[in-house]
Formats: sequence, structure tokens, C-alpha cells
Amino acid sequence: MFRNNYDNDSVTFSPQGRIFQVEYASEAVKQGSVVVGIVSKTHAVLAAIKRNAEELSSYQKKIIPIDSHYGIALAGLASDARVLSNFMKQQSLASRLTYDRAIPLSEITSRIADRAQTNTQQYGKRPYGVGLLIAGVDAKGPHLFEFQPSGVTQEMVACGIGARSQMARTYLERNLDEFEGASREELVKHALRALKESLSQDKELTIDNTSVGVAGVGENFKLYEGSDIQNWLETTFENREGDAAAEGEGMEVDDS
Amino acid sequence: MNHLPQAWGRPRDDVYGAYDASHLQTSGPQQHTQSPIVTGTSVVAVKFKDGVVIAADNLASYGSLARFTDVKRLRKFNSQVVVGFGGDVSDMQYLDRLLSSLDIRENYSTTETPLNAKNLHTYLSKVMYKRRSDFNPLWNHILVAGLEHENKPFLASVDLLGTTFSSPTLATGFGAHLAQPILRRVVPDEATVESVSREQAVALVKECMKVLFYRDARSLDKYSIAVVTKDGIDLKEDEKLESQSWAFAEGIRGYGTQVN
Repeated sequence: MFRNNYDNDSVTFSPQGRIFQVEYASEAVKQGSVVVGIVSKTHAVLAAIKRNAEELSSYQKKIIPIDSHYGIALAGLASDARVLSNFMKQQSLASRLTYDRAIPLSEITSRIADRAQTNTQQYGKRPYGVGLLIAGVDAKGPHLFEFQPSGVTQEMVACGIGARSQMARTYLERNLDEFEGASREELVKHALRALKESLSQDKELTIDNTSVGVAGVGENFKLYEGSDIQNWLETTFENREGDAAAEGEGMEVDDS
Repeated sequence: MNHLPQAWGRPRDDVYGAYDASHLQTSGPQQHTQSPIVTGTSVVAVKFKDGVVIAADNLASYGSLARFTDVKRLRKFNSQVVVGFGGDVSDMQYLDRLLSSLDIRENYSTTETPLNAKNLHTYLSKVMYKRRSDFNPLWNHILVAGLEHENKPFLASVDLLGTTFSSPTLATGFGAHLAQPILRRVVPDEATVESVSREQAVALVKECMKVLFYRDARSLDKYSIAVVTKDGIDLKEDEKLESQSWAFAEGIRGYGTQVN
């Protein structure tokens, strides 16, 4: 039977130049439920689908506030995200304590990136099996960073990771031009719509399975769940049908 | 001649006799600095509407001896902050190296937001408080001058105990007694800062340096002065006191050799 000899540890290259353990870790991200992040000139938004293991259980947390100015959304192994988020909380607090400064998002992102990369280059270690979206506001304004288990990080305008996230990314790419100037409410709605896109036909966004996190200039990162997002869900998908009708009419007017 | 490493840097036994090794004992309680040795005197600073002016003379005294007359006690940090040191000069040099390494670390990091005056003051206050808690204080009184967020002028002090203080005018050492009342006459409170111009602030600080030279026996007529604004730091390290008048000395009565 075929057996891959090059995937036993994360320090050995395959003859093709691949490191399978790292690639497998990226697969773990794709197993997690979808999370979406968008930034405008004034706000950064995270939105996520929560999953429950069984009907009787609670939902798995997807968005974790780290410091008052930012939070993360996770896709993949939640336990690995806990390790990373605890580290991020410590580092953020240390920055506030020693410098009286909210840690810059680029700084905290590169610190977890360094940690994650080390795990791919030391024998006996394994990469983190989680991808993160880091969103919030620092001295340089709103930011969104994507973090991958390989230690790769990128600053993004909008991003989606997790199961079936390609559909969400397609939505985000289509609406890319609208994000920069979008208001807080519009940005949340875009995030929820992107989330909806990646949902399978038989599922829906409810107040139980959806999480939203928002940070803005002069506004702390806040996590919205349960009845707090009722209004957003109603207006977003009500308007969507209304919008489609309105758009249809609008286009006819334009054409004539 | 003894070439063994334990003799390096020691007086030669064949010339000076056997070295008294009791000075080198490593046992016994650990001892820390209990007084400063080579010292700098006052640092004075005042906020004005666009920034902060800070000055300190170029003297390092060894007790009452004016030992070094070209010591720069104002230090730039990352082109946005000036730190002024009073007190022990060797501890100042230690802090200088500490700040240099901090600056290098910050420059290597990915962030594009440099540490501002407030950040640096918080950092220094933690350093000073840590050292006093180790019963090994850095024997300095430090002023941090610069801008905080939204380019607001920032001025604060931290001393050898880690005590912090902030005010529109600040002075360390002898200046706290001699210069501070003069500074407060012009800038009594935070609200007044808005109406003080750069020229006024510079003239005020220069006046204080002059009064300090008149009355502080550990001071010098050569000094450094820096103006921090959002456009950067204007640091002059080789200034000389101008238009001194010692006429007032005639009228001083009540101490010295002459009594009345």
C-alpha cells in the first residue's frame, strides 16, 4: 500500500520541496466553520458561523476579544486558538503595562507568526492547526490581518477562511470597491452576506449560530451574539430581497 | 612579571607589594550604590502651545569639583522625544545604552508607530521602579519631553524611586527650588500653555539657566537646549549663557565670610 514517507514530521522536505505536516495543518483550517473579516476606512468587522457538536450542546466560540482594541476570529482547532489567544492577551497586556500603548496589530500579528513558524522548523513540534483573522484598530487606524498555520501573515482588505470560504471570498471580491467608504452598518451587512454565501442550502444564519465583532476609530472592539444581532440579521436579509428588486428597477431606469 | 589572568589590571606585586585581596572578597552581602558619584545638576523644561522646551547644563560634578564640562545630559530618542537626566552620570550612561537598545529593537520591529514621549516615560518609570524595588536604584531624576497622541505637548518626570509627576513646567535638582517658581510665574497651569509661544518658552528657559548659574554652585554657563515640536527636534548642545549681570551680587548679605 502506498505510504507517504515525508509527512511524519514538520522538519523534513519531500523530494518535491513540500512540507506535508504544514499542508495538513492548512487542511485543518479548511475543516473549521467559516469566518469573514472586512475593513473600511473607519471600522473593522469580523463575522463567523458557530457550530455545535450536537443538538444538545452549546456552540463553539469563534470570535475572541483579545484587548480592548482588537479581537480574533478562528477557523480550525479551537484548542490551538486558545493557546495563541492567551499568548496574544499576555503580549497585549504587557504592551499596555510597560509602554502605556495599545499594541499595534502588525506587531502582535508578527509575534504569533514567529511563534507559528518556529513550530514548523523544530523537530518534535507540530504546526498550529488554526487560521486566524485579526481585526481591530490601532494608532494607524483599522486593520485586518490573516494568519495561517505556516506562519504566513498578510494584511487584507477583506478575507474569509474556513469551510466553503471560497464562496464568501467570491462575494467579497465582487463587492471590494464598496468596503473602503462603507459605514459601520454597511460593513456588518457585507460581512453577514459574505457569510451567508458560503452556507449550504439547508442552513441559515440565526442568532444562535452567528457571531459578529466590531471595532472602529474611537470605538472599542465589541463582540455581538444572540439577541444583539437579531436586528442585523433581519435588516440584512430583508433588504437583500428588497435590494434585488430595487436594483432591477434601477437598472431598467438606467437603461431607458 | 606575572602574566597570569588574575593579575591583569592589578598593581604589580614586585613594584607595589602584595595586593590586599580583602577588597576582592566575593562573599558577604551584595552591595548596591547608596549615593551618586559624578553628578549632573538641574534639568528644566516647559510646555508651550506647539511642543516642549527642555534644557540642562553641560557639567558633570565630582562632589564639588567641576570635573567634566562637556557632558551632554539631553538625549534624543527616535527624533520625537528628548530625555533630560539629572543625578548620577554613570547611571545616565547606562540608561542611554538601554534606550539605544530599545530604539534598535523598535526599528527592527514591523510596526510603523514609533514610541512617543508618553510611551517612553511609562517605560522609564517601570525601569526606575524595578531598580528601586531591587534596592539598586538608578540615581537619576529624569524629564521626558515630547509629544503624545494627536501631537499634544507632553512633559513628565520620573525619579530614582520610580515616582512620576507631570506638569506644564518641571525642573529637577536645584532647579526644582530655583527655576520652578520662575517657570510657574509665566505658565501657572495647563490652560496657560496654549497661549505660550515658542520664543517665549525658549526665553523663559534661558532665563532659568541664567538664574541657576548665578545661584547653583554645581552649575555651568555652557548648556544644551532642545525644542520638540511636531516638526522634529531642534537640539543645540553648545550654548553659552548670554547677558549675565553679576551686579546683584553686591547686594547679597547674610552668608559667606562677610556677615552683615
